[in-house]
Amino acid sequence: MKSLQDCANERVLIIDGAMGTMIQRYQLQESDYRGTRFANYPSDLKGNNDLLNLTQPQIVAAIHKEYLEAGADIIETNTFSSTSIAMADYDMQSLAYELNVSAATIAKKAAAEYTAKNPDKPRFVAGAIGPLNKTLSLSPDVNNPGFRSVYFDEVATAYEEQIKGLSDGGVDLLLIETIFDTLNCKAAIYAIKKYFRESGKPELPIMISGTITDASGRTLSGQTLEAFYISVMHANPFSIGLNCALGGQQMRPYIEELSNIASCYVSCYPNAGLPNAFGEYDEEPEDTACIIEDFAASGFVNIVGGCCGTTPDHIRHIADHVKHIKPRQKPELAETLA
Amino acid sequence: MSATIINNMDTINESIGTESEERRVIKPFMRLSGLEPLVVRPETNFINVGERTNVTGSKKFARLVREGLYEEALSVARQQVESGAQILDVNMDDALLDGETAMSTFLNLLAAEPDISRIPVMIDSSKFSVIEAGLKCVQGKCVVNSISLKEGEAKFIEHAHICKSYGAAVVVMAFDEHGQADTEDKRVTFCHRAYKILTEVVGYDPQDIIFDPNIFAIATGIEEHNNYAVEFINATRRIKELMPLVKVSGGVSNVSFSFRGNETVREAMHSVFLFHAIKAGMDMGIVNAGMLQIYDDIEPQLRDLCEDAVLNRREDATERLIQFAETVKAKGKVVEKDEKWRLGTVEERLSHALVNGITDYIDGDTEEARLKYPRPLEVIEGPLMAGMNIVGDLFGSGKMFLPQVVKSARVMKKSVAILTPYIEEEKLRIQAEHGGEIKAAGKILLATVKGDVHDIGKNIVGVVLACNGYEIIDLGVMVPAEKILQAARQEKVDIIGLSGLITPSLDEMVHVARELKRQEFDIPLIIGGATTSRTHTAVKIAQEYAHGVVHVLDASRSVTVTGSLLNKALKPNFLAGIQEEYHKLNDAFRNKKQTKQFLPIAVAQQNKTAINWGAFTPVRPKMTGVKKFENYDLGEIAKYIDWQPFFIAWELHGKFPQILTDEIVGVEATRVFNDAKELLKKVIDEKWLGANAVIGMYPANAVAADTIQVTPEQTDIAPVKLEFLRQQVKKAPGQPNFSLADFIAPQETGKTDYIGGFAVTTGIGIEKWLDKFKAEHDDYNSIMLKALADRLAEAFAELMHERVRKEFWGYATEEHLSNEDLIKEAYAGIRPAPGYPACPEHTEKYKLFDLLNATENTGITLTESLAMYPASSVSGWYFANPEGKYFGLGKIEKDQVTDYANRKGWTIEEAEKWLRPNLEYDM
Repeated sequence: MKSLQDCANERVLIIDGAMGTMIQRYQLQESDYRGTRFANYPSDLKGNNDLLNLTQPQIVAAIHKEYLEAGADIIETNTFSSTSIAMADYDMQSLAYELNVSAATIAKKAAAEYTAKNPDKPRFVAGAIGPLNKTLSLSPDVNNPGFRSVYFDEVATAYEEQIKGLSDGGVDLLLIETIFDTLNCKAAIYAIKKYFRESGKPELPIMISGTITDASGRTLSGQTLEAFYISVMHANPFSIGLNCALGGQQMRPYIEELSNIASCYVSCYPNAGLPNAFGEYDEEPEDTACIIEDFAASGFVNIVGGCCGTTPDHIRHIADHVKHIKPRQKPELAETLA
Repeated sequence: MSATIINNMDTINESIGTESEERRVIKPFMRLSGLEPLVVRPETNFINVGERTNVTGSKKFARLVREGLYEEALSVARQQVESGAQILDVNMDDALLDGETAMSTFLNLLAAEPDISRIPVMIDSSKFSVIEAGLKCVQGKCVVNSISLKEGEAKFIEHAHICKSYGAAVVVMAFDEHGQADTEDKRVTFCHRAYKILTEVVGYDPQDIIFDPNIFAIATGIEEHNNYAVEFINATRRIKELMPLVKVSGGVSNVSFSFRGNETVREAMHSVFLFHAIKAGMDMGIVNAGMLQIYDDIEPQLRDLCEDAVLNRREDATERLIQFAETVKAKGKVVEKDEKWRLGTVEERLSHALVNGITDYIDGDTEEARLKYPRPLEVIEGPLMAGMNIVGDLFGSGKMFLPQVVKSARVMKKSVAILTPYIEEEKLRIQAEHGGEIKAAGKILLATVKGDVHDIGKNIVGVVLACNGYEIIDLGVMVPAEKILQAARQEKVDIIGLSGLITPSLDEMVHVARELKRQEFDIPLIIGGATTSRTHTAVKIAQEYAHGVVHVLDASRSVTVTGSLLNKALKPNFLAGIQEEYHKLNDAFRNKKQTKQFLPIAVAQQNKTAINWGAFTPVRPKMTGVKKFENYDLGEIAKYIDWQPFFIAWELHGKFPQILTDEIVGVEATRVFNDAKELLKKVIDEKWLGANAVIGMYPANAVAADTIQVTPEQTDIAPVKLEFLRQQVKKAPGQPNFSLADFIAPQETGKTDYIGGFAVTTGIGIEKWLDKFKAEHDDYNSIMLKALADRLAEAFAELMHERVRKEFWGYATEEHLSNEDLIKEAYAGIRPAPGYPACPEHTEKYKLFDLLNATENTGITLTESLAMYPASSVSGWYFANPEGKYFGLGKIEKDQVTDYANRKGWTIEEAEKWLRPNLEYDM
């Protein structure tokens, strides 16, 4: 069977679209989130999408399958907030490991089903590692810029637990995504390196996807795109890219820049445009697909998909538009300065 | 200019590659980042690493950080960026700072300043824990400065792995296990060895490696030094040929070390050196960019001479450069041995002697002035005070430093001593005739409080105040409150100044304040000394006494404070200002306390240092019982001196030896250092001081969480339980709550472990010499001798510790460390002292002294506050476990105080008295 590497060399790979947008369609209520296991849990659980891995696994699996059906080569586990730090919002810190294992298992099973249907198009599972609700480079208190609500070691420990869960659940690669504070990302990289070094398991490929928050072209923590890339290069990532915050149209100059400087593959999964007056994403699948087709045709990208507001329909259109386009060729790494 | 154009073209070329079918090429440039990238291309000019955010290099920055004025410290960083620094070197290696905290605090604040944090940071420390603390705060790709093979391959690899996991580039110093590379070949081989390990074992990208192949001073007059610059330059060329992707850096100012004080020559040397080093491939350096002269602008003759010296082109290059340097010096600055001042009037001569601290002619000049003026007192009030006013102004504006002021005071005192008999005679005559009285500017009583014997700082304050015309009543050391109050009343003093160094002195000061209130005094109280602080003064002492309590940080501040307190017009406002400030500090202190989290002591005890005792075999000491040493060779001890604190005693701040070449204090630091060495030689040659020591080693086991049972093998020493304290603050995950008891094998392991103890002194017989200096009105040498004795005592402790490790205990027989490494405590095992941060409770010192029979064996006695006399003494415990480390206990809660009181057989009140500085709560 073809490896992830083989597939990436051969075509533009498709990563799936939004999980949250799809879950919303089910209009789940508090009791659905709770299931039987957490029926009497003391805190409100509605909105804890990652908890559905335990209480409504069939819904998570169904969404994965919709994306696989639409043509996704890579699906993301439903674990954006499955760390002890983010789960503290629901007082569910202790569930972090279990959430990751079960999310990985669900996704892996769905992917395997589709790989079996068409072994020429193997499907891969990326363990999604979100940015956390606390940041290492920014003070939450404007009057005290030196204050931090969390420390590097705590973040690295929380990520390591998540990584162990994802790895034990069998994911094929790890995806650090929606990075708005590079130091959080560095803590995740640190945790990944530490986990694989200490466990002795072979290290999984790492995808890194940052977020440029607005037209300033910088991350929320203030770095330019190139500075961000330089800061995470030591991860030796499988791919570097951008997701969230912007639609494809706004992302174009940054993706172009990244494709010029990145020695690894480049990924891009924008939102379905910018939110409208009601906070909804209304870019049509065909429109998103045309923008992304242009990126691929310009030789900017290797992996494309969607973030907030995108649906299996968007992914289907994107997959269709890029299927005959040659992927970006990785640059040659010179060994001398001259 | 040209580099900018080339850079732009480079970018354009890369972009063209994108548009065409041609495959993009990525070059192995060094890439660093802050908020913005720094890509080092072959065409990139020499990179300036900003050096002023370094506590060892910048006195101002050090002061700001020490005082917690981080906002202002940030402005130093901002200036660096504005003046063109492309990388910001941040160093917090200062004995008075908690390096880890200072580093992370500063870097966190830096992250909020986009105009500064746009450039990459170079995290600079000789302590790796400080480096790692810094790495955890920086989002960009930074540089670690530095790692080296100094401690062997294993440590080097470990440190490199850690740096790599944070994505940092590294500066590697050209060291190996035996020392610094000082030849061309060694530089190249050491660097290449490090390179192979980094790239092949650790997996470092070559472009992330920066070598610092050691720049040494040239033109020192020592022939072997003449070729140092050539060897550095050649080594740089070879390093870059052998390892083309690495970068080469260095501390440029070292090269001109021997011309300190002569900036013209130094700047020229730097420019010439860099001109050649950059051509050979040097990429970056820690330099003061403003100080660099443009190579072509150097006066041709000077440039040639510098070139001769840097390139070692002729045998007499040093001599010729020195000759030239003299002429440069004579042009711009006062030549020191100039005797022209002797031609001035007697007033001018006295003033010159005072400002320059020259005693050679003071007897004759004083006599001449006495004969010239109608009354002897007018000599003091006239020319002498005029001279001292100049000294005061220069000192106040930072143009003179403490050692110079003390020397000026020596001149003043000598002159006054000559005049005194005549003044007394006149006074008697006037009193007989009119019954009049003569009054000084103000009377100030100074005392080191009961139980404390440390007085260097107090004596300095006394000298400085006396220089400013105040009459000083110095009651000396170990002065009980009653005596202070009695003398204050009797002498009708205007101000009382209290000093102390050990922590129990803080309580004694509170006691004096209470007594002042009870006995209805109304004169202000000044507080000073190493353990005192503004916060302690505000929270504890000022609450007790309403007529003015002011904390004075150092001698230079004492003058303005005293002036304000004794000026009737200024005093009310000044005190109101202080009161408001202390009120705020008090509030801040009480509010701050609530934010910290503490663990119940039982929980903290569970979180002890994780030591795998199963895998640990205690080393049985080669000797048991005690061993004493009498009249140890001072010359041998002197080899172990750490000079850094010596300069702190003189209020000269900076890292040794760099302080000797510091832009601001370098000249004076060098002078006081030379004086010290001269006196030290006398002390050693003429055996001024007696050095005694006693060491002991005993079987010991931890029998409770914080208790160590010591069971001496010899029957004449009674078994004893040592009681320790445990950190109670909630730590980060994975961080233990330390207690010294953690470092001794628990009884249940079934393994007999050992503990050691020591007491050393180098102050035997010092009184005689101090009396002699006093008789000669020579405060300078009196302070100097005490400071030296303190250094010797610390050196003696270091020496004994080394002998214990290698010989008497023998758990580190293979250890080979330089003095520098000893100072950095690069060895296994620790020697914490009761009363210091890891075990701050002083009374355990009684047990130590009993075990060692220390008073009989060494002559050191303990005061009621557990200070040791002679003051130049050091004692403590030896822990041999390699996991053993120094830590600060920090604050503790009532539950631990109760537990400790139980263990010591004390009441809670007694325990609170001895633990007061560490109490988290109000009593």
